[in-house]
Amino acid sequence: MKLSREEVKHIALLARLGLSEDEIEKFRIQLSNILENFEILKQIDTNDLPPTAQSIDLQNVLRPDEPKPSYPVKEILDNAPQREGDCFKTRAVLE
Amino acid sequence: MNDLHQLTIGQAHQLLKEKRISSVELTKASLAHLAKVEDKVRACVTISEDTALKQAREADKAISSGKIKPLTGIPALIKDVMCTKSIRTTCSSKILENFIPPYDATVIEKLKAEKAVILGKTNMDEFAMGSSTENSAFFPTRNPWDLGRVPGGSSGGSTVAVATDEAIYALGSDTGGSIRQPAGFCSVVGLKPTYGRVSRFGLVAFASSLDQIGPVTKNVADSALVLNVIAGHDNRDSTSAPHPVPDFTKSLTPDLKNLRLGIPKEYFVEGMQKEVRVSMETAINKLEELGAKVDWDASLPLTKYALAVYYIIAPSEASANLARYDGVKYGFSYQDTNNMWEAMEKTKQFGFGAEVKRRIMLGTYALSAGYYDAYYLKAQKVRTLIRREFAQAFDKYDALVTPTSPTVPFKLGEKADDPIQMYLSDVCTLPINIAGLPAISVPAGFTDCLPIGMQIIGKPFDEETILRIAFAYEQATDWHQRKPPI
Repeated sequence: MKLSREEVKHIALLARLGLSEDEIEKFRIQLSNILENFEILKQIDTNDLPPTAQSIDLQNVLRPDEPKPSYPVKEILDNAPQREGDCFKTRAVLE
Repeated sequence: MNDLHQLTIGQAHQLLKEKRISSVELTKASLAHLAKVEDKVRACVTISEDTALKQAREADKAISSGKIKPLTGIPALIKDVMCTKSIRTTCSSKILENFIPPYDATVIEKLKAEKAVILGKTNMDEFAMGSSTENSAFFPTRNPWDLGRVPGGSSGGSTVAVATDEAIYALGSDTGGSIRQPAGFCSVVGLKPTYGRVSRFGLVAFASSLDQIGPVTKNVADSALVLNVIAGHDNRDSTSAPHPVPDFTKSLTPDLKNLRLGIPKEYFVEGMQKEVRVSMETAINKLEELGAKVDWDASLPLTKYALAVYYIIAPSEASANLARYDGVKYGFSYQDTNNMWEAMEKTKQFGFGAEVKRRIMLGTYALSAGYYDAYYLKAQKVRTLIRREFAQAFDKYDALVTPTSPTVPFKLGEKADDPIQMYLSDVCTLPINIAGLPAISVPAGFTDCLPIGMQIIGKPFDEETILRIAFAYEQATDWHQRKPPI
């Protein structure tokens, strides 16, 4: 599986991950090599198998919906890169 | 009393209980020793001296009023991937360099309820992605047995801290071997409990179906003591298991009569160092002497597929988990633009290191339209087969024994530019996370003064049996008593 530069850029866009020109080339080669190593899985017939998403057999875990105090607004906002009053400040989503 | 920092949990507890030492004395001794060796090994990202001494004074107050628990007053270091309220939690990443959690992880709450002392936070591969602790955005940690070599990873800071007596014990996290492989490389005891045994609440997520927190200790009895405290159901982690938690120290008996051990031959091939094989054979012979029935011909033929399964599933989950670092709510944030998408892309570009980016790319690819079935779904189906294969093996055996890693610690920089070689150093440990099983690494020998670890793998929620085997082996050998030349 050889990736093209365009494919690498497309994946980066999906992940919203900025990459330098050097990184695009480096990842193109490295990811192609890693994907080649995944070809081994084609040897196994998995047609009738269920997938495993996690390893303990818990399903639909619920708990009583009891109100509890949230974390203090100040402590949460102390980590905000940009804030305005008691809000996170973001850039415009709609231009 | 000198050399308090060298104590085990069991020894320290006894002395504290008899009031022959105070927690403040013990904490000061650990901090003083830490200050002496830290420049050489660089195991710590943050040292919280003032908080630690305050906790020690509180522990002493509790002890003097007769309220002592097994971890009361005993200093620990915590891998910097677990949230500690008011103490910065970085994941050894630039993106979280200044993040101060507003809450404690469940395991930290549990330690605090014991009145434990937290000395600080240990270095790691960024977001726990790596096998050498070289992927820290801050600095690499060095192996105390040879400062030119890696300590393993990703919990390398925690295992070095325990090997060098910087702390009496530490907590690590293990997604594909991140407690066991560095424990083997540093000659300490590292336990990955069954998936679900320990709450992941407050553990910064890497691969949520594989991550698990566990103890890093100087001996097996200490491992059981720490597991006693951190295990248990937590309704803030919906994958936390409702299973009852036994007293793990009760399983520590010195003989292995009637235990059936399987030695899966697939863990003894391809790229394995000769000295590791020899040490394993000697160690397994010792288990036989102790009464275990050993089957040298056990087989897990699907082992060769585990690496591919792991490196599809773990990066896929990581790519979803790490999408949250968008520079809006916390963490590093690229400011030099008014464009929302550009800010997000540049935040990740400058905030994450190479291995984290590589895994985000890999995971995003495996989950993307047109490739999901071929990679992610395929890997999840093979995961089903790997789980079944382990389950069948456990019909015949009470535990499986393998090397922890196919080699001794490698040199700094040796594998840094070769991701596939780096990934192969976890080839013995990552199948266990895929199946969610408990496993422990114990010191099992040396070659040229470099440590070799033995991995013991158990049935789901049967940490007791692997602790028992590890304890019996430890009692019959003295590898765990050797100290690094530092």
